[in-house]
Amino acid sequence: MSFLVFSEDRELAFQLLGKARELADKMGSEVAALAAGSDPMEYVSQGADKVYTVSGLGGFNVEPYGAAVVEAVKAANPSTVFMGATKRGKELAPRVASSLGVGCMNDCSGVELEEGKIVVERLTYGGSTVAKETSTSTPTVISFPPRCFEKLEPVERTGEVVELELDLPEPRVKVVESREKPKSTADLESASIIVSAGRGFKAKEDLRLLEEIAEILDAQIGCTRPISADLGWMDQWVGISGKKVKPSLYVACGVSGTIQHVAGIRDSQIIVSINSDERASIHGISDYSLVGDIYEVLPALTKALRERA
Amino acid sequence: MRQIVLLKDIPDLTEIKLDSQTRAPIIEGVKRRISEVDKRALEAAIRLKEKVGGEVVALSLGDDKTKTALLEALAMGADAVYIVNEPELKGLDTNATSKVLEAAVKHAGDYDLIIAGEMTLDSLSSQIGPRLAQLLDIPQITYVKELNVADGKVRAVRDLEDVDEVVEAALPAVVSVVREINEPRIPNLMSIMRAKRKPQTVWGAGDIGLDASEVKSQSYVQITSVSAPKVERKQIRIEGESVEEAASKLVEALMQEGVI
Ligand SMILES: Cc1cc2nc3c(=O)[nH]c(=O)nc-3n(C[C@H](O)[C@H](O)[C@H](O)COP(=O)(O)OP(=O)(O)OC[C@H]3O[C@@H](n4cnc5c(N)ncnc54)[C@H](O)[C@@H]3O)c2cc1C
Repeated sequence: MSFLVFSEDRELAFQLLGKARELADKMGSEVAALAAGSDPMEYVSQGADKVYTVSGLGGFNVEPYGAAVVEAVKAANPSTVFMGATKRGKELAPRVASSLGVGCMNDCSGVELEEGKIVVERLTYGGSTVAKETSTSTPTVISFPPRCFEKLEPVERTGEVVELELDLPEPRVKVVESREKPKSTADLESASIIVSAGRGFKAKEDLRLLEEIAEILDAQIGCTRPISADLGWMDQWVGISGKKVKPSLYVACGVSGTIQHVAGIRDSQIIVSINSDERASIHGISDYSLVGDIYEVLPALTKALRERA
Repeated sequence: MRQIVLLKDIPDLTEIKLDSQTRAPIIEGVKRRISEVDKRALEAAIRLKEKVGGEVVALSLGDDKTKTALLEALAMGADAVYIVNEPELKGLDTNATSKVLEAAVKHAGDYDLIIAGEMTLDSLSSQIGPRLAQLLDIPQITYVKELNVADGKVRAVRDLEDVDEVVEAALPAVVSVVREINEPRIPNLMSIMRAKRKPQTVWGAGDIGLDASEVKSQSYVQITSVSAPKVERKQIRIEGESVEEAASKLVEALMQEGVI
């Protein structure tokens, strides 16, 4: 059971290499990587035995990148291909699998060896359930989002670097313009306290109710998808399609608690819900729930926090 | 312009209950609806049709229940529905599913645009759009939140993590859309009545030139178990005579927990 690793995101590629190395060591097999950009030796120090390079790939475009990964698969002949599940990676992985006519398990959250077989875990049913999946094709393409695995401490190792000579296809989808999104200031993934806004907030200005609390608690502010994606009040959201968070305290304010949102907060140590609807599902998955109007509760909470011993 | 929209009818996620022993979702008997993002793919196609004219047909790999679920597509404005229903082609993985859809697309006549949702909410696999683009050897445009067609070209805005990417490609192409692209219309009674008179064609594997067992042998991924992770939360309700009292109690509880 050998591996090939690729992600256009180098950090993520190193995380995948870390896991592939661990599994390969258990099975006594090899790990190859396709390097994005320069310095293939860095991939070796991160765990690869063999590194393929391709010149002229340029910025990400799924057709040439897909062709490059397919050629790397043909050269390395792995049984498993680990890919990064960034948005770009999630469209690349099935394309590569399709070119090879093989199985693909996209956007997995974990991987184990069970009786010598690779078994992955993935969220299904909107994020409410976890499925275990295996594949019988050789190779099989498996993708993981960032931070599923830790990269290794870089070590001095020897490895082979192989340049692939490829005729990359001319991309048929032309990028006309690339509009930079504003950089997020909040680091939700490593925050230890998050206060979070849902559609219970009527106007963007009202978010100051949360900002005050965030300041007192030194917390980050998160939100549900509609607050960010539909209303544009914030640049990132929490949930299955947004950030998966694991703070010690998550305070959901005016959040209904749909499975897509809850899938992203499951690893929180303590969940608090403040929602005026006593039947809101968020109350059922909280440690502490307060049925009330955020416009009354949040100012009272601010006061209580200021006055706390 | 002729557009093919890929639709999947899935169990209504809000109605799925868990088996109390195994925590596996109970799918049997749950009403099926068109998956939410797929519905927005259809809405996008209908809006394009309203602008540039042509035809919108919906295509689905389904079963006996799919016909009923897809009435909604006809009510929303699809002109026709094609359903592949073949007992042997159930529970296929994405590799085999995409081969069935490829054959069905080729059978459904000419097309300029194939539109799908970024993912269906049951499997969350995000694979069908890219696989179909690869199989049909036409441009692949994913995560689309704005879609336009002019002068034989599709122009779209793609929603990526770091950028909004404006892209252009020649038709035909495969487009997959994100939830934010639109708010799907709710059909009125008239369109619901009219939907029942629109054509729904059902194909077996043979009708689209497929050998079912051959396709089935290319289904590689197996689901070995599905269950909901345990939620062990304290579920303590904080109450008080006044909001102030409740707020103080909450702060106290959180201090006790040592999280603030
Ligand atoms: C493919 C897909 C992926 C998705 N991914 C995500 C995701 O990653 N993250 C995510 O969050 N969503 C996601 N969603 C959207 C999700 O389905 C819900 O639409 C969303 O989570 C609802 O957000 P909300 O709780 O803010 O709004 P609502 O569901 O509208 O809830 C608002 C809540 O506020 C309460 N409320 C109203 N006024 C007050 C008040 N004055 N005081 C107190 N409470 C009040 C109401 O009782 C209600 O419970 C996704 C959807 C799809 C289709």
